[in-house]
Amino acid sequence: MLRLPDFPLPDPRGRFGPYGGRYVPETLIPALEEVEAAYREAKKDPAFLAELEYYLKTFAGRPTPLYHARRLSEYWGGAQVYLKREDLLHTGAHKINNTLGQALLARRMGKKRVIAETGAGQHGVSVATVAALFGLECVVYMGEEDVRRQALNVFRMKLLGAEVRPVAAGSRTLKDATNEAIRDWLTHVRTTFYILGSVVGPHPYPMMVREFQSVIGEEVKGQSLELFGRYPDALIAAVGGGSNAIGLFAPFAYLPEKERPRLIGVEAAGEGLSTGRHAASIGAGKRGVLHGSYMYLLYDHDGQITPAHSVSAGLDYPGVGPEHSYYADQGIAEYAGVTDEEALEGFKLLARLEGIIPALESAHAIAHAAKVVPEMDKDQIVVINLSGRGDKDVTEVMRLLGGEL
Amino acid sequence: MTTLEAFARAKAEGRAALIPYLTAGFPSREGFLQAVKEVLPYADLLEIGLPYSDPLGDGPVIQRASEEALRKGMSVQGVLELFREVRALTEKPLFLMTYLNPVLAWGPERFFSLFKQAGATGLILPDLPPDEDPSLVRLAQEIGLETVFLLAPTSTDRRVETVVGYATGFIYAVSVTGVTGERERLPDEVRDLVRRIKARTSLPVAVGFGVSGRETAAQAAVADGVVVGSALVRALEGGRPLAPLLEEIRQGLMQKEPA
Ligand SMILES: Cc1ncc(COP(=O)(O)O)c(C=O)c1O
Repeated sequence: MLRLPDFPLPDPRGRFGPYGGRYVPETLIPALEEVEAAYREAKKDPAFLAELEYYLKTFAGRPTPLYHARRLSEYWGGAQVYLKREDLLHTGAHKINNTLGQALLARRMGKKRVIAETGAGQHGVSVATVAALFGLECVVYMGEEDVRRQALNVFRMKLLGAEVRPVAAGSRTLKDATNEAIRDWLTHVRTTFYILGSVVGPHPYPMMVREFQSVIGEEVKGQSLELFGRYPDALIAAVGGGSNAIGLFAPFAYLPEKERPRLIGVEAAGEGLSTGRHAASIGAGKRGVLHGSYMYLLYDHDGQITPAHSVSAGLDYPGVGPEHSYYADQGIAEYAGVTDEEALEGFKLLARLEGIIPALESAHAIAHAAKVVPEMDKDQIVVINLSGRGDKDVTEVMRLLGGEL
Repeated sequence: MTTLEAFARAKAEGRAALIPYLTAGFPSREGFLQAVKEVLPYADLLEIGLPYSDPLGDGPVIQRASEEALRKGMSVQGVLELFREVRALTEKPLFLMTYLNPVLAWGPERFFSLFKQAGATGLILPDLPPDEDPSLVRLAQEIGLETVFLLAPTSTDRRVETVVGYATGFIYAVSVTGVTGERERLPDEVRDLVRRIKARTSLPVAVGFGVSGRETAAQAAVADGVVVGSALVRALEGGRPLAPLLEEIRQGLMQKEPA
């Protein structure tokens, strides 16, 4: 039976050390208290868990395999590489683990309308999908710039019955879409449930999204014990807001240090940290507040948020979840950066060697593994989170490579 | 003039206090100073916004104004200079409205001290519920700034109780569930919200969000003060004079709707 695990953090005020919290207009505070109470209750209700498990299995396709990438392991000549195949899930990414959970919670709370923000459209498609599944009205906010870049996902959401509202404010990307979703929630808070797509935003979202995503790491635990009789030596995942990485890391993160695998989060270094055009909030950011949470963030000397940049739209966010911010300070996980160019190499490598076209987000994890795995021993085990598949990115990669391979 | 005196003076004249809001640096540095001169004769207190890149409590009008002000180069340093210039024009209480991140970027102690020195009376941070960071609130108060917090129609009595415990200066009652912007009518629940707040504090209460003309001003005048923001900023956007709108609102404030 599915279990939504308990973790030592956040504290009752939604803090991971200093990070997290609830920095939102007062109008939303009672709504956040309601969501938190409803979630804590649902988490203990066998009927809720059984229903979530049912949809995760029969609709989304869980559990996902832990696949031994033999040719890739051989190519790197170091540790044995295993891929956690979240790319095989319905809608093509780990996002559905969370959207199913939140949509069931919305229904339980009697909310008939759901809203969401989306960057590349992966989370938006996932929300539109569960809204169709449960007969909920659905509005997705998406920056004008992303609407243009991701026309296919816009059409998908419309096919699924969602309304897509382009956002013309600010940098016209994910952060502005998130602002607009929060403004919608401020206005329709009594009837609407906000399905946030990553481990960011005000408490309880970073906690709740982590727990819905931790099915990834919980499965890896079981699969590792079965396959190797022990836990892996290292876990690697791409970090945008941080939900696929937290889903993999959290079930291991609070183990005693000796039993804990090396946890490696990979941020988008875009065109390079020195160019300022990147999305590496931990690598090059400072502590600050955006979208309700205290976390590592990209901003200028006056506190104005600087737009993020990455070849991968799903990593294109100027902040990183409060729990990652905490892991980074405490040395529980390490965080590295991978450039656009390196990610494209990872993208091609996995396609050629393993017959798997990864999402550009996940390609960042592959590209960083290329630096870490060769340094490790052959009897060591590395698990890479393959958070999504690359179908959505093929047109963009074709454009970037000029149609040449 | 203290905040309490400003509210008391309006009351003595049989009306609610008028609190205009303007975005610093909009429509330009000079245009802003000109707008301040236009509103001061009508204002009992004044609220000045430091433009921010991600104003998630604001509707389209103030978003556009903030973007435009930033595009024209407005900065924290620039807003400090504008505060000094406005302070030279008036004794009336001046409140700084902005979001938390600029405060964190400058360092709270430095930020608060500089605004205090530049003539600010107090501070409104819509994304800081006071119990999220009580020590930050205390710091602002120790430096001599009043700390104004928002309450909304969705605020439970327990929230009202908590928030008024941290407030000094006045309480900002948000008239609608939503973002800043003009409305044709305010929801009736604003009256209930003001009553619930007044039952728990002796501080003056000002209603804001949505006040756009005579009728909405009259509705909001159940409180001790009324904030007018988007309607003024929109007039500036259209290059219109502010006096006719302020005149109309002032009339609304004198004919508050019967309870
Ligand atoms: C496949 C995939 N991986 C990763 C991400 C990044 O998000 P997060 O860091 O929350 O996992 C996204 C976001 O859209 C995604 O679609």
